[in-house]
Amino acid sequence: MHIVVEDLVKTFRIAERRSGLLGALAGVVRRRHRTVRALDGVSFEIGAGELVGYIGPNGAGKSTTVKVLAGILVPDSGRCEVAGRVPWKRRIEHVRDIGVVFGQRTQLWWDLPAVESFELLRDIYRVPAGDYRRTLDELVGLLDLAPLLDTPVRQLSLGQRMRCDLAAALLHSPRLLYLDEPTIGLDAVSKLAVRDFIRERNRSRGVTVLLTTHDMDDIEALCRRVILIHEGGILHDGPLDALRARVRPERRLIVDLADANGGIDDREAEVVAREGRRVTLRFDPARTPAAELIARIASRHALRDLFVENPPIEEVIARIYAEARA
Amino acid sequence: MRAYAAVFGARFRALLQYRAAAAAGLGTQVFWGLIRVMIFGAFYATAPQAAPMSFPQVVTYVWLGQGMIRLLIWRSDPAVEGMIRTGTVAYELVRPVDLYWLWFSRSAANLTAPTLLRAVPMYALAGLVLGMEPPASPAAGAAWAASVAVAVLLATSMCTLASISLLWTISGEGVSRLLPAAVWCLSGMVIPLPFFPDWAQPVLRALPFRGMMDLPFRIYIGHLGAGDWAGALGHQAAWAAGLVLLGRWALCRGQRRLVVQGG
Repeated sequence: MHIVVEDLVKTFRIAERRSGLLGALAGVVRRRHRTVRALDGVSFEIGAGELVGYIGPNGAGKSTTVKVLAGILVPDSGRCEVAGRVPWKRRIEHVRDIGVVFGQRTQLWWDLPAVESFELLRDIYRVPAGDYRRTLDELVGLLDLAPLLDTPVRQLSLGQRMRCDLAAALLHSPRLLYLDEPTIGLDAVSKLAVRDFIRERNRSRGVTVLLTTHDMDDIEALCRRVILIHEGGILHDGPLDALRARVRPERRLIVDLADANGGIDDREAEVVAREGRRVTLRFDPARTPAAELIARIASRHALRDLFVENPPIEEVIARIYAEARA
Repeated sequence: MRAYAAVFGARFRALLQYRAAAAAGLGTQVFWGLIRVMIFGAFYATAPQAAPMSFPQVVTYVWLGQGMIRLLIWRSDPAVEGMIRTGTVAYELVRPVDLYWLWFSRSAANLTAPTLLRAVPMYALAGLVLGMEPPASPAAGAAWAASVAVAVLLATSMCTLASISLLWTISGEGVSRLLPAAVWCLSGMVIPLPFFPDWAQPVLRALPFRGMMDLPFRIYIGHLGAGDWAGALGHQAAWAAGLVLLGRWALCRGQRRLVVQGG
């Protein structure tokens, strides 16, 4: 499903309470309000079948965007169309086509087995019995839910619950999926399972996915395109590699020295970390080709091992945030 | 309709599990009912000529009330309260159903399941040993059943309106303290409404609260004759319809200003 967002603005009015007893008393007499611009002119377009990562620090406006796109929040101004519909104006028609997972909350009934929540959702979405059976069987297989279906949700682990929540969001076969931090708090195995599942739905079913996350591994594993939002505005929209290229290009050279007490001193590579024999150097590949630097260091120092890598994406993003703030 | 019936059914079934709470509630209701009966006993012993209805009628009225106590709304729907406080309400808004009827169905289950669990054993017990009498006539019994059905709709529409008020207040504390004060006194749960002074009667008659307790009970005990039944049911139904319209209007406005809590 095609998503068009143009110049979206959403502000929230937040009551401020001054600290201390006097502040609390003053608040009784007169409230002070502060206006926060959660979205400040956000525009993007997502084509049918895309899998887009939507990232940004806490409070950047990610969830607000998702809520506007889901038809839950009404923006102050701007245009937003999903499959030709304005989400909040034709909410009921719109939500029939979308599936949503808010990772921090569950849509399952806490005291009941997951399968009962699924059946309730089947009735709410009016899924025909045959379609429901087929979809449920498929989801149970893909997400390995068979042993979980009859357990009360409160007794499931976070990873198990998240798998059930994903299934719950897909029972009505939506063409568009909003995932708001679906891997939050999950262990490594559960994260991989969730990622595989998202990828499979996107590739084999052509489900359009908008994925919000703080986990850069999710993004690296899943998304070719990344939209980076900061303080209500878009900082970057494009491939993940382009994001790296935005900050000063940089590579890491990691060497293990033969001599435990040795050091490395090179005018074009800066030591960023030292741990036992292992030294991590930072260099600019545009100025110093990696092959040249390696040859020079290897000729001057006795080395056991070495490898070159990109800086972690977290650092790249952190640097873009820092630049945006400056 | 299927969606709302499913929501109602699921919640109803879930609530029927709370049998221990129902049993404990029954004990409390019997205790309070006995106290109320004794107070009326003392009253009738000293000034029977001032009473607007006979002693057996009052006793029956009291037990009818003790059984229906869970139909008196104390508060907004706790399920909705929780959802609004934690932000899970976001999931309610991504369902392809009308939010008003979704909450209405939930509240209806929330009121009827506990009422059923309490009313049936209470009426059996009261009828056998506590002096509750059968309906004044078979026709009165049928009219009472119809009136209770409308009372459920009335209570549900009031509860749904209370839930919708959470869109403004977030926490349901205020409503849950104000509402019972009005509902308990004005529905006839504390003192049957005919015992109120004459000057209060026009006010009590106009307000919706008597539709939840007083009207069905007076039909049952024969204090309202067959000629008054249509008027009583009409009063209940008109208020229920009015509260539904008010709730829908409020929800429409509230949804525009809704801020879903948390990231």
